[in-house]
Amino acid sequence: MSKAKEDSILSVTDLSICFKTRNGLTKAVKSVDFEIARGETLAIVGESGSGKSVTCYSLLGLIPQPPGVIESGTAQFTTEEDKRDLLSSDKATLRSLLGDKIAVIFQDPMTCLNPYLTVGEQLIEPLCQHKNQSRSQARERAIELLEEVGIKDAETRFGSYPHEFSGGMRQRVMIAMALITEPELLIADEPTTALDVTIQAQILELLDRLKKQRNIALIFISHDLSVVASIAERVAVMRAGEIVESGDTQQIFQQPQHPYTQQLLASVPSGPKPRQSFQPGPADQPLLRVEHLKTVFQGSSAGLFAPRPPATIAVDDVSFELRHREVLGLVGESGSGKSTLGRSVIQLIKPTAGSVSLDGQELTQLRPKQLKPLRQRMQMIFQDPYASLNPRMTVFDTLAEPLLYHRIAKRKNISAQVLALMDDVGLAHADIRKYPHEFSGGQRQRIAIGRAIATKPELIIADEPVSALDVTIQAQILDLILALVERHNLSMLFISHDLSVVRSIADRVLVMHHGKLVESGATEALWAAPSAAYTRSLLAAVPHL
Amino acid sequence: MARFILMRLLQAIPVLLVVITVTFFLVRLAPGGPFSAEKAVPAEVLKALEARYQLDQPVIYQYFSYLGDLAHGDFGPSFKYPGRSVNEMIAAGLPATAELGLYAMCFALLIGASAGIIAALKPNSAQDYIPMSTAMLGICLPSFLLGPLLMLVFGVWLEWVPVSGWGDIPGDKILPALTLASGYTAYIARLSRGGMLEVMSQDYIRTARAKGLPEWKVVLKHGLRGGMIPVIAFIGPAFAGLLSGSFVVETIFQIPGLGRFYVQAAFNRDYTMIMGTTVLFATLIILFNLLADIVAVWLNPRLRDLYRSGGA
Repeated sequence: MSKAKEDSILSVTDLSICFKTRNGLTKAVKSVDFEIARGETLAIVGESGSGKSVTCYSLLGLIPQPPGVIESGTAQFTTEEDKRDLLSSDKATLRSLLGDKIAVIFQDPMTCLNPYLTVGEQLIEPLCQHKNQSRSQARERAIELLEEVGIKDAETRFGSYPHEFSGGMRQRVMIAMALITEPELLIADEPTTALDVTIQAQILELLDRLKKQRNIALIFISHDLSVVASIAERVAVMRAGEIVESGDTQQIFQQPQHPYTQQLLASVPSGPKPRQSFQPGPADQPLLRVEHLKTVFQGSSAGLFAPRPPATIAVDDVSFELRHREVLGLVGESGSGKSTLGRSVIQLIKPTAGSVSLDGQELTQLRPKQLKPLRQRMQMIFQDPYASLNPRMTVFDTLAEPLLYHRIAKRKNISAQVLALMDDVGLAHADIRKYPHEFSGGQRQRIAIGRAIATKPELIIADEPVSALDVTIQAQILDLILALVERHNLSMLFISHDLSVVRSIADRVLVMHHGKLVESGATEALWAAPSAAYTRSLLAAVPHL
Repeated sequence: MARFILMRLLQAIPVLLVVITVTFFLVRLAPGGPFSAEKAVPAEVLKALEARYQLDQPVIYQYFSYLGDLAHGDFGPSFKYPGRSVNEMIAAGLPATAELGLYAMCFALLIGASAGIIAALKPNSAQDYIPMSTAMLGICLPSFLLGPLLMLVFGVWLEWVPVSGWGDIPGDKILPALTLASGYTAYIARLSRGGMLEVMSQDYIRTARAKGLPEWKVVLKHGLRGGMIPVIAFIGPAFAGLLSGSFVVETIFQIPGLGRFYVQAAFNRDYTMIMGTTVLFATLIILFNLLADIVAVWLNPRLRDLYRSGGA
């Protein structure tokens, strides 16, 4: 704190914000104080809805008012030239600071760059706006900066559109755009959340280097404690609109004082699977055997005569086995084909070649009708429970449907069965008539899991089941999954991009890259000694607490 | 891109052929003929007339002979106006109709898009409700009501503009163009409001604001392109509608356009005139839709790439 006092660039006191909703005023931020010094990195961490983004956007006038109302607070912003309160500044003053002295990096570089304008056009905008530079001057500076953030061939890339860049490259463009006017304060809102883990590591390193070179104050907003640990000097933990604890990163992570911080830290998956229940029998026949599986997507043409894009090989000659009562992790970065593999196994997508057999029965040749009895034995859990649950069906409808369809329960005792399922996944009986939107994300995932285990399946394919959840909820759902695996003797293919999550739940792990399996092995052995180069780079990129 | 355009033009040939065929046989199926007026024509005169225009030949022969003429760009003689060819009549009527349609389109785009954008900037406020309810009125009022109303207010009471005529007195083209544009203006206003609302809630608009750009720049530079995409898609069909729907306005304002010929021809069973105008309008509709598609592709860099990589 002492450093902040001397050389403070931004000092926020007693900031309260509420939103007008149909149910009256909702307090989003409650009397928040924080301070950041020149050259310092302050991380604001919290789960979704904790008010961390609203806090920062309100300082910049970027929250819509109405419905947002800033009830109280001051935000002293001190530059080399002058000092002013951001919250009481008028729009024109704020605009003159924004994109000049204060810059923002947003979460999703996919949606945060204008798809209709070239990257170059968007890059030079702040320079033309604030520094009165001519387009050619600005262009020169932009190309220099693009090179600095690691974009090769910057001259030609200057005229490219955002969709011609990969996610990581787009975030580099975003960083260049923020830094082009040499701001003194940079606000990065979950800048790596939408990126793969190896790309995340590169972007974090880049941000850290550029920040140090320029002595910028960086406010780093994140839900990911491991990422924060690697970049921030100080941390403020937010919960329900309040900063519950703040201090040096070391101190917060090693001796958290507030119970919520302690809970957050305990929820971060770390270390191996807690219970090593699974002991493979020697001559055990595998439940699932996948051999030389290949799934190719024919590009679909946009119109009768529109050109047809080339075919993509999503899954390329993949073979593996899944034994009874085993949790097999499948990790890979986005676009590696892991979800397609999962769907091809369960026959939601018809694989192009290869074989999938469940308990010795070949699935790929079966017609939909023949598959029906087998569907009961294999179920799927999807990433986003909000999207995968029918919004017009109550919990009862959702859970009763598979029971009735597969004739597992009779109509007259259906209620009892549904209630038993709800007990199993930890839902309150009183919620039986509620619709998905009335639940939180974690509860919704419980419903989705209940739907999956309703038919008493042997095989469950879980596709990123905890990726959309906050870390404390994630820990609860992972516990639930492990308990269910044990209780119901399930075998599971657990698909995730998050290596720490996979480590905490899987007995064995498959690593996928560009549609191919690059490595497989027992989880702990693989963590200790990864053999494939790709696995090594993947593991090295995982941020640690 | 060139391949895309060529393909679309080739696609148009069978479409046109179907239009020609269906129209050709439908008008001949309708009771009556070009020479069955109220006043009975002597049998021998009728016979001579039919022989002259080849109407005594089998219908299938007439069909192919018409197609042959059409391939040379000849729409044939008018049955109702002896001595005048359909080509001449189209050449006489089309300029006025095209001009009227063009002005109406400009009005519709200018007024409609501005109203829509203004409304979208402050949704659910007076700034939104006033232009949008006016737009609703524009959709509800038919042109045969709106035309005379405008004439009465601006021509007769206020005496700002002439009430009829075409190109005789300066300003006499304003009221007809406005009347014809009204429905389209309203529809474009609604489309651009929807488009802009959608775009202004995008993350990249927030990015633009975070750069400290003034609001007008955010709207015009970052919002407009994406917001206008639904409008662009509508321009093709709208143009077609303006041209073929100008009949009522042409009648109200006494404009020597094609629309009047078209409707008269239908009443008179002027076979060649019906065919000529139908083929012309069908061709224009196809062309304008193609044009709208090209503009939409050109505006959207993603689509542009798709066509560039596969086409040309």
